[in-house]
Amino acid sequence: MKPNYESPIIKKLNAGMMNKFGSRTEYIPVKYIDNVAVADLMDQYGSPLFVISEKTIRQNYQKAVKAFKMRYPKVQFAWSYKTNYLDAVCQVFHQEGSWAEVVSGFEYQKALRNGVPGNLIIFNGPDKSKEDLILAIKNRSLIHIDHFDELYMLIDILEDMEETKARVAIRVNMDTGIYPQWDRFGFNYENGQAWNAIMRIIAQEKLQFEGLHCHIGTYMLTANAYAVAAQKMCELALSYSNTTGENIKYIDMGGGFCSVNTLKGSYLQGADIIPTFDDYAEAITSTILQSGFRPDTLPLLILETGRALIDEAGYLLGTVLATKRLADGRRATIVDTGVNIMFTSFWYNHRVSPAQDFSQHAEDTVLYGPLCMNIDSLRESITLPILKKGDRIVIQDVGAYNMTQWMQFITLRPNVVMIDTTGKVHLIRKQETIDSIVNYEIVPEHLK
Amino acid sequence: MKVRKNIAISENGFIFNPLTGDSFSVNETGVFILQKLKEEESEATILQNLMDEYELDAHTAEKDLNDFLSMLQNYQLTTNE
Repeated sequence: MKPNYESPIIKKLNAGMMNKFGSRTEYIPVKYIDNVAVADLMDQYGSPLFVISEKTIRQNYQKAVKAFKMRYPKVQFAWSYKTNYLDAVCQVFHQEGSWAEVVSGFEYQKALRNGVPGNLIIFNGPDKSKEDLILAIKNRSLIHIDHFDELYMLIDILEDMEETKARVAIRVNMDTGIYPQWDRFGFNYENGQAWNAIMRIIAQEKLQFEGLHCHIGTYMLTANAYAVAAQKMCELALSYSNTTGENIKYIDMGGGFCSVNTLKGSYLQGADIIPTFDDYAEAITSTILQSGFRPDTLPLLILETGRALIDEAGYLLGTVLATKRLADGRRATIVDTGVNIMFTSFWYNHRVSPAQDFSQHAEDTVLYGPLCMNIDSLRESITLPILKKGDRIVIQDVGAYNMTQWMQFITLRPNVVMIDTTGKVHLIRKQETIDSIVNYEIVPEHLK
Repeated sequence: MKVRKNIAISENGFIFNPLTGDSFSVNETGVFILQKLKEEESEATILQNLMDEYELDAHTAEKDLNDFLSMLQNYQLTTNE
């Protein structure tokens, strides 16, 4: 039998020089996902292919819930639809006990279709139409008001709706000591806007003020910012109680917890620097518990974390289309997983692993997607084993945002499959065809 | 194309150029090609040798060999004399 072939490489050795891009990280191929062979998945469902591990979702969810429930008596998670709103994914979270957290009329409809009772849907975001709000009021959903225009629109709508009350909360933004401070959503705490909004709401008989919501940022590398946020939320809640004699029913701390991905520009690997669920839970719950609520008036704690629950459950399988040499001698590898389906490659250095055996040799390469467009670059430099046309790769931790922010650009979106907890593979979103796109186009008669 | 005479090539893929002081590492396929070049084989022969030695199609062999030879040239390890 002939020995395995590997393309010839030559690498200049620079003794004593730092490697700006770090050493290689891949030592073993990823041949299986939840005991299902990557090769079989790609043979059956094509390339590229998104794979979601139901087992990982459930494990991560249970780990997060446990971190909070062992520290605080009343905890509720709400699945952030925008992070991944494939119905099958949402249903796993709903089965685990998650409510739905939506930020548009479209997502709201999706949650209803998924069987989520209206009163367990949290409606966030700056864009809620009059029709959206009427539906949310009728369904007794929790409407998180983002701005005064929305507040006044609600008041107007309720004037025309007899004997109907809306369950509302306000989104609060604040300085938690981090940069950039998110102040575009909700009412500001420090300048008194949030308090003004609360006063305006409680003056309205038809607005039932139930909670406070914040979402201080995304990919938060410090748990302490949540302690600062929780403190300010508690101060607002207690001021409300002192002023009105009523208690706030819930505090919603939003999301923003990190996943294991590595941000571009980060010196250390994401997995080495991110806070754990326990770190976040400790910061939030200990602050609330020590803030001065009587035990019987402790508010329900709601969390809307998205990426930290789903990122690790997502894989993107792809194929090497070509390798080439750039003008400066660097290797370039072209794969079929472009930025069109991997939006998060704009801010993460995703982990890329070969799906077949390889030797100990590695090579620095630029990793390009398949699009004939200069933006389609997945990694400026990555040290990978020697890859050749037809080789397969597994991109890890892509479960968050990619299957919602993906673009129908130049090419079509691929199949998505889910491996259930017994190892059975289910197609959960079919790959698009040309009809998926052209069916929505209309050519005027004179151009036919 | 020939490998410069003073270039040292070890069996395990360590290359040393005493003229410039540069060192390089190559993988097994790289050593195989360099040895053939040392033996002053022609490119056509090396191509055939590669296909005899490994499970490999002609197009891949040709593409990879050309790429490797251009890198050797780039690093000034070869001469056209």
